[in-house]
Amino acid sequence: MTMDDNKLTIDKITADLTHHIRINKGFLLWMGFLTVSLLICLYAYSLQLRNGLGVAGIRDFVTWGMYLSNFVFFVAASLIGMLISAVLGLIGMKWLTPITRIAETIAVAFAAVAGLVIVSDMGRPERLAYVFIYGRPQSPILWDVTVITTYFVLSLLLLFLPMIADMAIIHRKVASLPSWLKPIYKTLSLNFTDQPEQNKIISRSIRILLILLIPAALSIHTVTSWLFAVTSRAGWDSTVFGPYFVSGAFVAGSAAVIIAMYFFRKNYKLQDYLTDLHFNNMGKVLATVSLVYLYFNINEFLVPGYKLKRADAVHLQELFAGKDALMFWLVQIGGLILPILFLLFRRFRKPGPVLLISIAVLIGAWFKRYLIVIPTQEHPFLPIQHVPANFMHYSPTLIETLISVAPFILVLIIITLISKFFPVIPLHETAVEKGIDHIKFD
Amino acid sequence: MEHNTTPQSPNESDNQKGSSRRDFLKNIGLAGVGVATGAAALYSGHVFEAKKEVSGDQKVLLTQDGKLVQVDSLEIKALEKSGESLQDSLSREGIPGRRWVMVTDLSKCRNARKCITACQDVHQLRPEQYHMNTLQMQDTPGTAPYNMPKNCQHCDNPPCVSVCPVDATYKRPDGIVLIENNRCIGCRFCMAACPYSARIFNWIEPKDAASHEGQEYSAELNVPQKMGTISKCLFSADRLREGKLPYCVEACPNGVYYFGDQNEDAVTNGTTKETVRLSKLLRDNGAYQLMPELGTKPRVYYLPPKNRLFPFEEATDATPEKA
Repeated sequence: MTMDDNKLTIDKITADLTHHIRINKGFLLWMGFLTVSLLICLYAYSLQLRNGLGVAGIRDFVTWGMYLSNFVFFVAASLIGMLISAVLGLIGMKWLTPITRIAETIAVAFAAVAGLVIVSDMGRPERLAYVFIYGRPQSPILWDVTVITTYFVLSLLLLFLPMIADMAIIHRKVASLPSWLKPIYKTLSLNFTDQPEQNKIISRSIRILLILLIPAALSIHTVTSWLFAVTSRAGWDSTVFGPYFVSGAFVAGSAAVIIAMYFFRKNYKLQDYLTDLHFNNMGKVLATVSLVYLYFNINEFLVPGYKLKRADAVHLQELFAGKDALMFWLVQIGGLILPILFLLFRRFRKPGPVLLISIAVLIGAWFKRYLIVIPTQEHPFLPIQHVPANFMHYSPTLIETLISVAPFILVLIIITLISKFFPVIPLHETAVEKGIDHIKFD
Repeated sequence: MEHNTTPQSPNESDNQKGSSRRDFLKNIGLAGVGVATGAAALYSGHVFEAKKEVSGDQKVLLTQDGKLVQVDSLEIKALEKSGESLQDSLSREGIPGRRWVMVTDLSKCRNARKCITACQDVHQLRPEQYHMNTLQMQDTPGTAPYNMPKNCQHCDNPPCVSVCPVDATYKRPDGIVLIENNRCIGCRFCMAACPYSARIFNWIEPKDAASHEGQEYSAELNVPQKMGTISKCLFSADRLREGKLPYCVEACPNGVYYFGDQNEDAVTNGTTKETVRLSKLLRDNGAYQLMPELGTKPRVYYLPPKNRLFPFEEATDATPEKA
């Protein structure tokens, strides 16, 4: 490769991957829409702050409702950073390069917001600091706070480190950049000049982060599953809850990444970088993790279903044929079994079909958390008597729904901002993979 | 740089001068220390003497563990702890030497629900908020239905206390599990962990909140209730401190409840005021506990619903409508 070819290629890659970094009408409209929606949801939260958690549908028996199932979903979705970057990345799968940043962005956004989701479920949010002042290490909540914070910091670093080189390239090579952005990129580039030593430090740090990320990620979702599994309630009292949650998290996260890939490819015109091959491979990843999750589902339902201990029998009866049966079977068949079957065929792993399958999987994943959290509480060991009807069966209120939508809007805002102002696809890594060993900085 | 230069090699006389100056300073220092020490000794002697002064005005006071003592009025000092934190530490220590226990005789319960209303009245609870609730139970389709008053079991291995992230609910040496609603963050993990559904939550502003405004919080009565925090049965810890039986136990018209101290092996029936040996009562009546297989070790015993002299009636009391 000659010098000119080299220059041509790097200029083309830079232009392709950064042309979306500008403030256009579409972006402003989208952000305006998100901001207004968020304000409406925040108003709903202000009502809850004033009038108490009673504005939600939760009551003394179903005491953890949509807020908590939402929290579990957010922690689950954030786990994908670990699967894509750490597990598959450390194995050395080259095709992943253009997907890693998307996965890390999703991980950072969901992990950051998960903490806020749990605050919305607190009866006394102004006492949040008590968890640190009076924290008792016996309580799994302390473990959860610790590991989620750790995971968030690791993910943020993992998002940032590969971006250092990109920042250096952008602030030197992209002329059309808005002037107020330039100093920001310059600062973030940390004076990177593509020296072999700099690259060595960065790649070594990334490797350490990737290794640290695996136990941290396993911990966040295992500990989140223990919030339920440490109790003796039917449906929660399970020894497979840790791996059951972790495998389910990979399903939700893979689906989220595929959906994000599709929209970035279309909106930022990245067809040359996010190719059919990537969708095909991510479809295979989704099928694989879904199969693992199906295996844990069989364990989770077949074993207690075989014994039918009294409380388990009531719980499973409600899920299989009772009040929650419709949701249960829609989630299990529409969100898990059918997607697996479809994804076995190559033609359903093309971008369009795999997008639709992923949307079904992601919606299924959200309702799956609802089914894990709520039905168990509707039939405790002792009967529910002499209480109003709304204590016996949980149904979310409008205010509660709005407050639960807010974190999704926040995630979209974070993902939009990161993807808008930074290259969605790692610039420097892509260049290196195309055979450009050294980028000349003028 | 020249203006910065200092003499590099001081001569002999400079050296001597310096050393005598050092000695002088040393002596002054020694003298200073001596004076300070003497003054301190004098002062502490003065304080010691002052302490020995008596006003002759003797006060009779009640100590924390309930003893009456006589103290000279000059020796009475203000506590460093504020009143609230003293009260808090008292309610965490419990009543020394006691291990409270409750026995509920199911053969006597006719679902009069007097225990429930008595409890709700003192604890600022709405009709649908129960520290104590009478459930209509039927263990298996073939067995007889019965009424079962159910309150917090005050477990010796309480799952609610284990999971609390902020130490807002705690187990006292006298067996009672209490809540401090000034501390509770409202995460409701304790409710999820409790297999007896014994805990309730203040989802909205508590009943008559306005009339309790400004009232000092008592953990032993858990009043005033606070929005966004947990509440539950307290074995009427405030009554026990006064040497009285719990509110529910006293209110029962049918002799269902016995309450007492396991260390004394004695429990008193709240209706008949008859005191009986706890171990004999449990042994003679085939007493049992709720879900002992969960390992929670409850402090409430149940006597089985046998030999009832009245028919079981479906509960006819009005169910609270909405909350």
